[in-house]
Amino acid sequence: MKRIFLIAVLVAPLALADPTPQDVQKLMQRDFHARGQAGMDRVVQDGVQRVCTESGDQPPVGLAKSLEADQMKSIVYPSGSLMGDWKRGESIAQNGRGLQWTDKPGAAAGGSCYNCHQLSPQEASFGTLGPSLRQFGKLRGNGQEMQRYVYGKIYNAKAYNLCSQMPRLGLSGTLTEEQIKDLVALLLDPSSPVNR
Amino acid sequence: MKKFLGFFCVVAGAAFCNSLPAQDAKKEIQRYREMVAEGSPAELFEVEGEALWKKPQGPNKVSLEKCDLGLGAGVVKGAYARLPRYFKDADRVMDLETRLLHCMGTLQGRKREEAAARVFGSADRPSEMESLSAYIAAQSRGMKMAPGLSHPKEKEAYAMGRAVYFHRAGAWDFSCASCHGDEGKRIRMQDLPVLYKPEHARPVVSTWPAYRVSTSQFITLQWRMNNCYQQMRMPEPDFGSDTTVALILFLTATGKGEPYRGPGTKR
Repeated sequence: MKRIFLIAVLVAPLALADPTPQDVQKLMQRDFHARGQAGMDRVVQDGVQRVCTESGDQPPVGLAKSLEADQMKSIVYPSGSLMGDWKRGESIAQNGRGLQWTDKPGAAAGGSCYNCHQLSPQEASFGTLGPSLRQFGKLRGNGQEMQRYVYGKIYNAKAYNLCSQMPRLGLSGTLTEEQIKDLVALLLDPSSPVNR
Repeated sequence: MKKFLGFFCVVAGAAFCNSLPAQDAKKEIQRYREMVAEGSPAELFEVEGEALWKKPQGPNKVSLEKCDLGLGAGVVKGAYARLPRYFKDADRVMDLETRLLHCMGTLQGRKREEAAARVFGSADRPSEMESLSAYIAAQSRGMKMAPGLSHPKEKEAYAMGRAVYFHRAGAWDFSCASCHGDEGKRIRMQDLPVLYKPEHARPVVSTWPAYRVSTSQFITLQWRMNNCYQQMRMPEPDFGSDTTVALILFLTATGKGEPYRGPGTKR
């Protein structure tokens, strides 16, 4: 026990020297500048980003559950049907623009879905950072509950998995309510190429 | 015809190539990479860079030939392989581009605003910084990458670079590791190296800066950091800032030991 304590004392100063997320943020606040629509407010971490950075994306279960519950409250569901038009959804999924300093402010953004996911079989150029969504609706059904899940997951992925690498596309203001509904249709509509 | 179609798919994107299965496409990309690497136009930038290195410029009307890149004033042979490193005269760690900008100020008497006004060029008009980077980097071919890691400020910058790599922020909550974090992943068809692992960092740091075929541009590591932060939906990092230098040191240190074989060719 005594030996462990001694090692802890010897190692502690080294461990303390590692930059904290606060240190990194302070440096970035000095070293970055606003450009186009990308303002300096984006350098300031929110609670989710801070906890995920601190824990190496492995937050303690209890903390994760409570923060996920907070994120869940951020999801704004539209009234009426959540299923839009899968054809529009396909072009939103293809589009990788939006929120960059080079993008025109106010112009419709895309969801960048194909950057990370497989969706329609016609598109061979898909990324693999996220799971394949091929036949998503065919495998999981497309009832009211599933529609709510898909809408919520796109709106705020952190409500379901706190340190997910997927952006919070609704909460961040990237996609509109209509666009998210179109993506719900792309995933769940039986006539969508995703399900054929 | 199939060969041609494959090539076309890589160049034009896969939008028109629905019939080409992903596995074939991957092979075609590999073949295309090998093909473009053979006759790289990077050499043209090296020649232009050498001329710029020797050209008297700025209020002092002197060239950069007396610039100390870390191995003594005017020594270019092997200098790139030892960067980034700590410079006593500036009391900070600098990568190649940051050091060049420093010398443009101290030797040539140029104001930072003027010297850094156009650090990233275009296909039509490359930047001075890009050509200079090509020339200096090429003088380290065959030498093992060995950035500075012994000075306390180098150690500090390395630790900061590592922390920056895993730091999540921005409108889309990304860190570098969001894309460069797990093995075997890709964005669209682009393979993503896991840059905190030596076996992934080695082939990367030994081939930058590089000529990029898809945009006909010569691209530098400062450009790479800048463009990643753009795609991460962050604001823009200052050119040559401590954040970018720390990241470049972290990446180079992770890939250290690899003989330099650039400037390379990228898709």
